[in-house]
Amino acid sequence: MMDRNSIKGSLKGWLYLLPALLFLGVFMVYPLIDVFVYSFEEGYNSASQTYFGVGTYNYAYVLRDPYFLQAVKNTFLLVVITVPLSTGIALLISVGLHSIGPLRRFLQTVYFLPYVTNTLAVGMVFMILFKKTPYSDGFINLLITWFGGKSVDFIDGPYWAKMSVLCLYTIWVVMPFKILILTSALASVDPVYYRAARVDGTSKFRMFVKITLPMISPMIFYLVITGFIGAFKAYSDVVALFGTNLNAAGMNTIVGYVYDMLYGDSGGYPSYASAAAIILFAIVFTITCINLLASEQKTRR
Amino acid sequence: MKNEAREQKIKCSNKGHMTVSGVMIYTFLGFWALIVLFPFYWMILTSLKSYSAYNGEYIPKLYTLSPTLQNYADAFTAVPLGRYLLNTLVFTVLTTLIMLAVIVLAAFAFARLEFRGKNAAFVLFLSMMMIPNELVVITNFITITNLDLRNTFAGLILPSVTSVFYLYLLKENFEQIPDNLYYAAKVDGTSDLRYLFRVMIPIAKPTLVTVTILKVIECWNSYVWPRLITDDADYFLVSNGIQEIRENGFGRENIPAMMAAVVVISVPLIVLFLIFRDKVMEGVSRGGTKG
Repeated sequence: MMDRNSIKGSLKGWLYLLPALLFLGVFMVYPLIDVFVYSFEEGYNSASQTYFGVGTYNYAYVLRDPYFLQAVKNTFLLVVITVPLSTGIALLISVGLHSIGPLRRFLQTVYFLPYVTNTLAVGMVFMILFKKTPYSDGFINLLITWFGGKSVDFIDGPYWAKMSVLCLYTIWVVMPFKILILTSALASVDPVYYRAARVDGTSKFRMFVKITLPMISPMIFYLVITGFIGAFKAYSDVVALFGTNLNAAGMNTIVGYVYDMLYGDSGGYPSYASAAAIILFAIVFTITCINLLASEQKTRR
Repeated sequence: MKNEAREQKIKCSNKGHMTVSGVMIYTFLGFWALIVLFPFYWMILTSLKSYSAYNGEYIPKLYTLSPTLQNYADAFTAVPLGRYLLNTLVFTVLTTLIMLAVIVLAAFAFARLEFRGKNAAFVLFLSMMMIPNELVVITNFITITNLDLRNTFAGLILPSVTSVFYLYLLKENFEQIPDNLYYAAKVDGTSDLRYLFRVMIPIAKPTLVTVTILKVIECWNSYVWPRLITDDADYFLVSNGIQEIRENGFGRENIPAMMAAVVVISVPLIVLFLIFRDKVMEGVSRGGTKG
């Protein structure tokens, strides 16, 4: 229904929207356009705000930068390892939670705790648990030697050790969200299906594969997609474990590379930062599309 | 209701043979609970050990017989932890309040008012939901630097206000409020603003609470933007503070004091979560993204 006077009504509507539009315009729409502009301005100098050419040099530079390639490798490894593992474990935990009565609420509360903790703060706890210092091998190494293994410095040691503690911490951090989504998905499956299956004498495992999984598969796909996006943007948990100088540690991520280019000791290059950010966005966008296509094909079949 | 009924059913069906599989499930769930809780236990334990006791343990002990609160005193005196907490509180409260004001007005316009260009504006807002923060942070950094707002609360807060998704949630909620109420109020001569505050906001209170909690968690844990925009420790938030403590604070790797700081930083959100458990979990499942 239109207001009596549409001009006055329109004015009022826009007036209510004005604050939101201002914030959105200044801090989202304008930057979004600007980031593309920056990425094509060659030799941009942030002090004098001048540049001397327009072209794709920034992209070429970033794609040849060994630090960027290292960051891409780290990020891809992190994504490929943590997304399937965390989704799988979350599924197991949720199914377990769903099948128990006592303690369920308590366990749900416990499992959710990592979501409400400061990533930087708890990351430091992980660091001291895994770090090997002259004074002490650290708790995890104590466990490892207990079981007959050889102690290793997970924070300043070999690449595989650093990568595994990063993956572990990432999984620890992302688990609450996945468990939460999957338990509510499991709770929303209509019990009629299970009752019918039980009448037919179907085994529990068969029920899970034939009923539960198909019913909750949209949510699993949702978690895989958000998991991919989130893992590609990993940054603050990496800082929590290895400190701010990630290039020196060889553990930088793509987002970390963007921020290092922008700010800090290696900073002052917004053009390179923009190019790297757009490359990241392109990767995430492509993989999200592939995921969506895959899920569509699967449901069509 | 349905859930409870089914739970009952499952329990009944399990009663006879709560055997091997039951034990296995509880073991597995208990194991994961241990992994989740252990870092929390370790941070509290370490924060209670004295500096000399901690560094004297080549093999770390799982308990302490002489707990001390000295580390907590150190955390507040040797480094400006109180200052970091205060900054974070100011940042969190102001950002959340400004965001609430902005999204309430905008959601009201989208849900209740009719005006030219509304749909175009809404599509613009929706499309902004897909834009990752990493893309816009570069220009925002330059904008704030050029405005000379580095190391100010304005510089910290202003770019953190925009939350398209929360606006969307609130608009959906506002739209469920029946039109009749609005027209009745109009007939009574109630102004739009008055109607918004007297009727819509009270009805939409659950959503507003959810949005507030999510935003508070987001603010309390934000790290990237504050790190870019502050290099003066007077304006550090807790995340930056903890990083600063790790790199330059306390000296000689005083890990127990560091852990005391970590405990102090973690407690407020955990308390908030334990009080509003259901609200937080419901809110995150509707609008959470971390993961």
